Amino acid sequence: MADTMIEADGLAKSYGETCALAGVSFSVPARSVLGLLGPNGAGKTTAVRILTTLALPDAGRARVAGIDVVAHPAAVRRQIGVAAQDATVDGLLTGAQNLVLAGELSGMRAGQARARAAELLELFELAGAADRVVKGYSGGMRRRLDLAASLVTRPPVLFLDEPTTGLDPVSRQRVWEVIRELIGSGATVLLTTQYLDEADALADRIVVVNHGQVIAEGPPRELKERSRSAHVEVTLAEPGPDAAEVIAPLVGGRVSVSADGVRLGAAVDSVPGLATALVRALDQAGLLVDNIEVRRPSLDDVFFALTGAHIPTGNNRSGAKQPSAGQAGHGTGAAEHVSEGAQA
Amino acid sequence: MTPAIAQRPPDAAGARLITHSVAERVRNVVSMTRRNLVHISREPMQLSDVTIQPVLFTVLFIYLFGGAIPIPGGGSYTDFILAGLLALNLVTSTMGTAVGLATDLHEGIIDRFRVLPMWRPAVLVGRSLADLLTACLCALVVGVTGLAVGWRTSAGPLPIIAGFALVLFFAYSLSWVAACVGLNSNSPESAASFGFIVLFPLAFVSNAMVPTQHMPGWLQAAADWNPVSAVTAGARQLWDNPNPSASIAAWPMQHPIEASLAWSVLILAVAAPLASRYFRRRTTE
Repeated sequence: MADTMIEADGLAKSYGETCALAGVSFSVPARSVLGLLGPNGAGKTTAVRILTTLALPDAGRARVAGIDVVAHPAAVRRQIGVAAQDATVDGLLTGAQNLVLAGELSGMRAGQARARAAELLELFELAGAADRVVKGYSGGMRRRLDLAASLVTRPPVLFLDEPTTGLDPVSRQRVWEVIRELIGSGATVLLTTQYLDEADALADRIVVVNHGQVIAEGPPRELKERSRSAHVEVTLAEPGPDAAEVIAPLVGGRVSVSADGVRLGAAVDSVPGLATALVRALDQAGLLVDNIEVRRPSLDDVFFALTGAHIPTGNNRSGAKQPSAGQAGHGTGAAEHVSEGAQA
Repeated sequence: MTPAIAQRPPDAAGARLITHSVAERVRNVVSMTRRNLVHISREPMQLSDVTIQPVLFTVLFIYLFGGAIPIPGGGSYTDFILAGLLALNLVTSTMGTAVGLATDLHEGIIDRFRVLPMWRPAVLVGRSLADLLTACLCALVVGVTGLAVGWRTSAGPLPIIAGFALVLFFAYSLSWVAACVGLNSNSPESAASFGFIVLFPLAFVSNAMVPTQHMPGWLQAAADWNPVSAVTAGARQLWDNPNPSASIAAWPMQHPIEASLAWSVLILAVAAPLASRYFRRRTTE
């Protein structure tokens, strides 16, 4: 089996006047997870559509499992599982019928397809709704069914296009668990997301796209270090009007103050002993410090450093919130940043 | 990245020549046909086209117009109209093919089919076969309603079945035209309007409802060469029912069975490849 399971080389694609992709390259080694991260309209879905044979590139080449997607789309389809952004399930069939149909159309015999469908419905906690018509499913159930449909044939390469967009935190955790199980079973996964913590939690490597171009690439850790800055947050016992001026010389940048005047935040370079210096300065100014935290930058910080704009969170989502801090062991930085953003 | 591609052993080459065996194609078509039948069972009102409408039309035509329309050469209007009603109902029911395909394309499910390693024409063939089965139901309803209101035939079982088959085959070929329309529609609603704009005039400007003898010359010419007229006259001939078109000199009216088979084969030969081309175009981005 090829070492590189997914490769995109200079992919470009326009829809009429709109340029969706302007020369995107990346590759995904076998048995690893690539997170394609970017805001809405960055070109993530277009890249996935090309790689899954749904769209033809205007320029560039792409191979999946070593097979050219333009020259041999039918062969590519035997290697891939796809969970699209708009759940591609049949609303008038039951959950079980959907999976059996997908199995049969993939070349499985009826009995085999039924057994696999039952297995997947169990895995995705849909067994109770197996014989219900999908039209009556919740958004989360539809999503899980779509994900299940992409796994019917146990494909070696998986494309998950924003698999948790629009899901409530509980469904989201469930989908994450399933994705982790898939990764454990040796699948190669390309995952697109606009959730920072999701890419951080699931992906081995992240490719950040914006306006149809790759603007950064690397392991999550490396990307965070690229912004070279840390973030400090100080909580005072009581509001100190001149606290911002006190720490300003030490952090060398703009200090943000919360409305109640007790929380100060600033981007800083990682300096040894910075926390001690800040506490000492505030103490000398007669201000009591309740809490101080210096943390590594979140992916949003990285995105901000790369593009000068924050990753839009919250738009195009049906009220789904980021999961609370601590849900994701790896994603603490991002999750904290979000909770901070919510106060601002 | 390019060197990595160059170094790759051509191991995947064997897997690239993907063909579907006949058995695989048949299984895919069966799966898709069954899926479309499940759809119909979920929304039984969809079936009103082939169940309620035929009953309604039969009653309306026979009791409202029956007495007012003399049949050249004599015979009962009920015996005359049944083949026409069969043609009318089956022709207009092909609208379902257009709407069904337009709906599939309109919804996300088409992308699921497109990423599966299935034999793609099964989407179209499965649709046309499911619609053929509903057309068979429609033919049954027309036949039973006809018998209930006094339609009689002296023909044997084989010619009776042949008459139904002749009209069903034509409707099947026409459903591929409807497929072309559905594949070019932006929405299920615009596909539905096809029925009113094309199918109803096609069904009515014919000998199906009234003898063509009293039509103005240009309209009579159009009606006599309308494939629906050939199909209807063919069924009448097979069923030994009154067939006033037999006295018309136009070739299709003199040879209605041959003409109707020729029309059906011709339409199928043009529309089916066209539909698969439209399908490919519609699913390419």
